[in-house]
Amino acid sequence: MNPTANPPAVEKERKSVSLLDAWRARIRSGELGLIPVLIGLAVIWLVFQSINGHFLSSRNLSNLVLQIATIGMLGVGETFILLLGEIDLSIAAVSGVAAGVLVQLSVAGVSAWLAILAAVLTGAVIGLFQGWWVTYVGVPSFIVTLAGSLGYQGILLAMLGQEGTVPISDKFLLSIESSYLPAWLSWVLAAAVVAGVAWNVSRTRQDRFSRGLDAASGASIGMRIALTAIVAAIVVLVMDSYRGVPVMGLILLVFVVFFGFVLQSTQFGRHVYALGGNAEASRRAGIPVRTIRMAVFTLASVMGAIGGILGASRLGSASPASGGGNLLMDSIAAAVIGGTSLFGGRGSVYNALAGALVIGSVENGMDLLSAPSSTKYMIEGGILLIAVTIDTLTRRRRQRAGR
Amino acid sequence: MQSMARPAPDATPVLRVEHLRKSFGAVQALTDVSLDVYPGEVVALVGDNGAGKSTTIKIISGVETPDEGRIFVDGEEVRIDSPAAAERYGIQTVYQDLALCDNLDIVSNLFLGREITRPLVPPFLRLLNKSAMEERAKPVLDSLGIRLPALSTPVASLSGGQRQTVAVARAVLWGSKLVLLDEPTAALGVAQTRQVLDLILRLKDKGLGVIVISHNMHDVFQVADRIVVLRLGRTAGVFDKASVTREHVVAVMTGAAAEVNGA
Ligand SMILES: Nc1ncnc2c1ncn2[C@@H]1O[C@H](COP(=O)(O)OP(=O)(O)O)[C@@H](O)[C@H]1O
Ligand SMILES: [Mg+2]
Repeated sequence: MNPTANPPAVEKERKSVSLLDAWRARIRSGELGLIPVLIGLAVIWLVFQSINGHFLSSRNLSNLVLQIATIGMLGVGETFILLLGEIDLSIAAVSGVAAGVLVQLSVAGVSAWLAILAAVLTGAVIGLFQGWWVTYVGVPSFIVTLAGSLGYQGILLAMLGQEGTVPISDKFLLSIESSYLPAWLSWVLAAAVVAGVAWNVSRTRQDRFSRGLDAASGASIGMRIALTAIVAAIVVLVMDSYRGVPVMGLILLVFVVFFGFVLQSTQFGRHVYALGGNAEASRRAGIPVRTIRMAVFTLASVMGAIGGILGASRLGSASPASGGGNLLMDSIAAAVIGGTSLFGGRGSVYNALAGALVIGSVENGMDLLSAPSSTKYMIEGGILLIAVTIDTLTRRRRQRAGR
Repeated sequence: MQSMARPAPDATPVLRVEHLRKSFGAVQALTDVSLDVYPGEVVALVGDNGAGKSTTIKIISGVETPDEGRIFVDGEEVRIDSPAAAERYGIQTVYQDLALCDNLDIVSNLFLGREITRPLVPPFLRLLNKSAMEERAKPVLDSLGIRLPALSTPVASLSGGQRQTVAVARAVLWGSKLVLLDEPTAALGVAQTRQVLDLILRLKDKGLGVIVISHNMHDVFQVADRIVVLRLGRTAGVFDKASVTREHVVAVMTGAAAEVNGA
């Protein structure tokens, strides 16, 4: 240790930061993260449970997971777009077109995997097209994707032709929705997740200490690992007491975790946040702004397509209504309710998962109470408005705090 | 120490510009601007509104290209035709609007566009090495005497002076030889101004050349070794701080005094 260093600097070495301190600092700087949405979710669950005792039954929760798979996928895609400070109004229509491509190819005798690949590629092509208009032509994303949305609905109608609803007969495609993991596999996966988290946080801590940096305290990483283990165990236990962990839920989770990792830990993710925070600063810093924009628009439409594939499997068909109704609003709401800012640069895909759970829970709970659509719409509208208001107010607070 | 009020006659200036000329359409922004900066020297660029200070800085930082004139870095003639080129020659600019990402933390801003990474899925994904970035940033910040909250603090919650500090630290971190600052204290209070001026003196102690634009004569006389006065797109005077009064500098700025080429 350097004897000439001033005492405070020496004391600071190996300083640990507790989880509570970290949270407090974030709340003070207006980074509310998942806290409001998790509180909201708890309230919604308690309310529905107190009105209808079946709400928190494992059967209904298992259903809820299937219900949110499509919204969740679209919400993840929309999150990327919102992080740039843009909006994608076509993501639901893209999911419809992808469903149409999937089902028509499958009906025509194409193998399931090829049909899935074609549907995903359709999404990629649409995303590249929209990204190009926004990035190189300079038309606002709001308009490009609104126009696109109309166009894709037309394409879907043309694709389905006179038949209207086209049912899926392929066993594999149908089985995506109706498959559940065997209990042993769920436990193995849950254990793997906990081990992965434990390995990652303790390695990070070691690495930071070895470089003389502050790191999370042992107690706080212990708490984080324990929290992960508890949540994983509860999910597996609840799901197993019905049919097991739904494959659709696992697919959604894999995507969320993967893109969460991409956003937090890769250079691409860092650049997405930078672009949403200050596009001009990013440009001056030499970040390939256009490439990032194109990539994000493509990624969002691909997520739309994957959501469409899951949706088709769940409905067992593609129809003119695929990707229609309030799916678009639900996906945007999932991202925003989760706490992703409409103003760009703030949010994460985990928020989209939490937001999808909120939206799904409200719809599911209302259905359970056999509430009419009118009530459902009004309540969902109210929740969305509250979420956006929280976003706007915290942004204002941040702006006052900063500078 | 490398800082000196009067550069040794045989030293090579880190930057020398000769007879810059630049017009925007019918507007003659620069007619004849020359100046040089030595390592470990702070040069203040002063002048009335429209005198050509910002245009001069923009030419040196590669944002604009001059119609005529020559630029030398470490004695070698160079063409600076883009901000990237300026960066290659070790010239960093701290813009007036700071160019920080408010939503990102201090380290992320320090390494913006130059993240330390490992390949993950070439050529698409590279893994950020966050602790390595923090490790590299620490000694640079310490050597500049910069006191900031935890490096994981979002820039949005910093004060104006702290933000300016982050922007300057970025220039140093990226190994520049010459730092250009356009009105770095314009929006700051007294204490924060002091902080930024101290930082400028530390850059000088580290042997960097600094050009600072300022309207504030008090600030100029606190940090500058030499003062270059621009008037109507020309170098109207170059003064050693020690041998000139504030009143005289102002007089040359406004054209009330005859042009004096000191130095
Ligand atoms: N991009 C531009 N287009 C046209 N005129 C410009 C431009 N930039 C600067 N000028 C003109 O050039 C002159 C010098 O401007 P500037 O370098 O900004 O002066 P200063 O920074 O000293 O106030 C002014 O008359 C200004 O109006
Ligand atoms: Mg100016």
